[in-house]
Amino acid sequence: MARYIIQRILMLIPLMLGITLITFTVIHLAPGEPVEMQVAMNPKVGKEARERLRKFYGLDKPLHEQYVTWVGKLARLDLGRSFSSDNRPVVDKIKERLPVTISLNIIALLLEFGLAIPIGIMAATHRDTWLDKGITVFVFVGFAVPTFWLALLLMYFFGVKLNLLPISGLHSLGSANFGTVQYLWDLAKHLIMPVMVASFGSLAGLSRYMRSTMLNVIGQDYITTARAKGLSERTVIYKHALRNALLPLITLLGFSIPGLIGGSVIFETIFAIPGMGQLFYQGAMSRDYPVVMGILVIGAFLTLIGNLVADVSYALADPRIRQGGG
Amino acid sequence: MRIIRGALVIVFLVAACILAACSPEEHQQPVPVTRTQHSPPVTGDAIVEGTIGEASTLIPVLASDSASHAVAGQIYNGLVKYDKNLTIVGDLAQTFDISPDGLTITFHLRKGVTWHDGSPFTARDVLYTHRIIIDPKTPTAYAEDFKQVKTISAPDDHTIRVTYEKPFAPALASWGTGILPAHLLEGKDITKSPLARKPVGTGPYRFTEWVAGQKIVLDANPTYFEGRPYIDRYIYRIIPDTSTMYMEMKAGAIDLMNLTPVQYARQTSSRLFSSRFNKFRYPSSGYLYMGYNLRHPLFGDKRIRQAITAAINKDELIQGVLFGMGQKAHGPIVPGRWAYNPNVRDIAYDPKHAAELLAQAGWREKNADGILIRNGKPFQFTILTNQGNQQRLMSAQIIQQRLKYVGVDVKIRIVEWATFLKEYIDKGKFEVVMLGWNISQDPDMYDIWHSSKTNPGELNFVGFKNAEVDRLLVEGRGTFDIEQRKKAYFRIQEILADEQPYTFLYVPDSLPVVSARIRGVEPAPAGLGHNQIKWFVPKNEQVY
Amino acid sequence: MAFRHSYFYAVFWQRFKRNRLAMAGATVVALLFLLSLSASFLAPYDPNSINAWSVLSPPSRQHWFGTDELGRDVLSRIMYGARISLKVGFVAVGIAVSIGTVVGLVSGYYSGLADAALMRFVDIMLCFPAFFLILAVITIREPSIWNIMIVIGLTGWMGVARLVRAETLSIREMDYILAARCIGCSDARIIFRHILPNAISPVLVSASLGVAGAILTESALSFLGIGVLPPTPSWGNILTSGKDFIEFAWWLSLFPGLSILITVLAYNLLGEGIRDALDPRVKR
Repeated sequence: MARYIIQRILMLIPLMLGITLITFTVIHLAPGEPVEMQVAMNPKVGKEARERLRKFYGLDKPLHEQYVTWVGKLARLDLGRSFSSDNRPVVDKIKERLPVTISLNIIALLLEFGLAIPIGIMAATHRDTWLDKGITVFVFVGFAVPTFWLALLLMYFFGVKLNLLPISGLHSLGSANFGTVQYLWDLAKHLIMPVMVASFGSLAGLSRYMRSTMLNVIGQDYITTARAKGLSERTVIYKHALRNALLPLITLLGFSIPGLIGGSVIFETIFAIPGMGQLFYQGAMSRDYPVVMGILVIGAFLTLIGNLVADVSYALADPRIRQGGG
Repeated sequence: MRIIRGALVIVFLVAACILAACSPEEHQQPVPVTRTQHSPPVTGDAIVEGTIGEASTLIPVLASDSASHAVAGQIYNGLVKYDKNLTIVGDLAQTFDISPDGLTITFHLRKGVTWHDGSPFTARDVLYTHRIIIDPKTPTAYAEDFKQVKTISAPDDHTIRVTYEKPFAPALASWGTGILPAHLLEGKDITKSPLARKPVGTGPYRFTEWVAGQKIVLDANPTYFEGRPYIDRYIYRIIPDTSTMYMEMKAGAIDLMNLTPVQYARQTSSRLFSSRFNKFRYPSSGYLYMGYNLRHPLFGDKRIRQAITAAINKDELIQGVLFGMGQKAHGPIVPGRWAYNPNVRDIAYDPKHAAELLAQAGWREKNADGILIRNGKPFQFTILTNQGNQQRLMSAQIIQQRLKYVGVDVKIRIVEWATFLKEYIDKGKFEVVMLGWNISQDPDMYDIWHSSKTNPGELNFVGFKNAEVDRLLVEGRGTFDIEQRKKAYFRIQEILADEQPYTFLYVPDSLPVVSARIRGVEPAPAGLGHNQIKWFVPKNEQVY
Repeated sequence: MAFRHSYFYAVFWQRFKRNRLAMAGATVVALLFLLSLSASFLAPYDPNSINAWSVLSPPSRQHWFGTDELGRDVLSRIMYGARISLKVGFVAVGIAVSIGTVVGLVSGYYSGLADAALMRFVDIMLCFPAFFLILAVITIREPSIWNIMIVIGLTGWMGVARLVRAETLSIREMDYILAARCIGCSDARIIFRHILPNAISPVLVSASLGVAGAILTESALSFLGIGVLPPTPSWGNILTSGKDFIEFAWWLSLFPGLSILITVLAYNLLGEGIRDALDPRVKR
């Protein structure tokens, strides 16, 4: 087991290098330059101004030199400074956005698991009934509806028409003076729509997965044995079958990590939530290379580590792998 | 731990859902308020403005985006400013004199002005601001005007004297640049200064809080030299999507934003809406144009350019894109400015005339698709425009259809800004571009039209060269005599209307909307912001 | 072999036919094909014909689905948009499936170093949030329909690669492959003649879901202003142009929104149906 873990950790090194290489390549597919954004079509900007900005950002150096410098800094966790005119360290920008995205997505993820697992089980135990079909259509509608359209319809209905929920943002103005309960209440009201939209969209994948795993497990011998023993259907499903069906979900959790960190550009934009998705989108639109590279690399690294943790816990949890020694 | 906290919020979420659904008192229909007509100004309340983009830096010389300048404009002052009728008046300078030869400007600074941190404002701050702008190490886009300065000196703490090599008409206006606090910046690297996030200025509002991606909060400056603003807080809320912002406004969470023409014309006309908001409409200070690459053999011929203009129905553009809320443009100065020449003979919409001009230029036959051909080649070009501008895209599509009627095949290409400038504009790799200029109050347009400004990266990217225009441009910026300048710019407009290096399309209207509880809003040629410190909310209508 | 195949498909079809949701999905998919192929005959108007004096007019007898912000007929634009949206879906998935299949086959057949390297590459690609990669490339290149299809394809092949590899690994050990190797078939022949046809069926499921995903991705890109660019109509950009008017010009968002919803739903149900019909474990 220890060998397996060490192996996996050593494997991280080439993977991380690969990540930096892909990130760097992607970014340098660009024909234009970030400086252009700054001097964008202002009659009062001279030619020297552009040259000056170019030098300032080190864009006049050859590509491989830029890469080596960048990776060197990366190793020291220095992601460089943003090209935007605030010139702030990228790490700071990510730090102020990451918590928002991660906590929002964890809530959405919990809701998603909390709904998808029972829904999936229900679909499996009622296989081929109208309930199963209804669930199938329902979860796929969630997947199929364009996120921003659904979000806008909800905003219009709950926010403008009924005036029940705040439309966008995370806090009401003046929430700083609220008491704790009122503050959380305010935050929760702001989160209802984004969390609903986010989890509705991802219900399909998980619940379908749950359904098929469950069907698979139900078909196995030991379940038949359990039934034969005369155990109640409830006990069979929830005690014997569910435990084994849940195990593969650990791996699925690992796969959810990129989304957890990346968040969603779409619903962060539409709900005005200041998360990583928005930061990335704005960075990409203004050719803010350090921000774009920083987020891609940090996001990919965290995912890598998340996957590692998921795999190792799966190995620890599953007796078959545990005994096999990896 | 994290999961536990998450679960807690979930409980809250569910509770919120249930309670929100069954608490009727929360179901508030916006009710028209009974308004006290002539209430005296009182302090208090807050104004919330929606902004699409987040400010990048609150040091104005480093900022190049409009979001940053809007916020910085509340925090800093220049030496001079435009008043509501667009004449230049003193701001941090109480008064100023211009020497008879126009080469020396003396600013007499206000006494007793303090920075938001309490330090006194002096001539040292002005000297520093000038020095840092022209410093080659400063990544600023505004050095050009200040490079014309020959000497700058401070005879005493409250006087600044600037001299110029030759008369430079935009000189005075250039001193509207926000003055920076020397005592906080001198000897430090301005690009890494904390002032970018926590600015200290002299303006009507002072910085309070910036929550990244959410809002920037400013509070009234109680010691502002023109008097304390009545409204206590000014909040910029960052809402990246236009539809969301519009809904936030309808829900009452935003007090001030710009409407699109459709919203203005079709979605905000109800009784209910006008009881809650005041809409304004006035010409903006920018125009949309189609610029021809004059180095391209096709567009080197004046008749072709004139023909294209004649084939475009500008009324249709204004109708379709702006719902009629804009004016036709026929030159680079917008109507209403002193330099605007109302008597320019514009090329009218006349497809027959267009066809004649094209025939004169050798385009007589049409192919099976109805496209003109000359020597076997179809008349075809691409309009290039930048991504992210709905009105330009709509205009290009309307023009595409109009030109098809006269037998010209137009393609539209949309390119992201940076690529657009770097790969196409700078390298001259375009046929026709659709772009807009936002023009400053001073009519100087040397950088756009002078033949010396046609190098890569410069603004005369269409390659316009005209000896008379060159001479008039130099003349126009080289004197302070308004009449003389007027003559020069009037003539330039005539030449451009004939030459058609651009097809000038339209000047859109600005369409701001302000919550009705905010009183004292006075539209003027300068827009709405000119008397902002006088805005107020009557006590019984205050909400924040 | 031939007998084996036809038997296989007969069983497949037997099972698929019984799944009503999947049949509904397949029907919608087929109808959409017909619709998009015949858009030029069926569409009542030229989808790009502008009328600045009748913009945003509500559904009427002349314009069943109303007109858009430039006075164009929304119904015609949706019909032509079906072509574009389906094209995006199919080309993107085509790219993803081709890359994924080749990588999976090579990786599964050769094992060893090639396998390890390719699978680590897959791991690396899976670490990136796909939409971020798409966004980065589209914004720094040009948002053209080709770039969109290529980028969606290039970021979507990893699942297919893993699937095909797993299939290949098991097929490789089968007797008939050993037999083929013994009679001296070249590797390429074995891979493409013998392994590919048997490994490809699970890919159908991914492909069907992939088309759905690509259509959604295009609409998301359109929302951000970097999808298929007007005047070319796509469902994504029609829906986006309608988003500012959901309150009074509801027709401009409702119809493209429903088109996307129904199509994506149909492809998902189709994909699920294929999966169930292929899965020997799920007995019906």
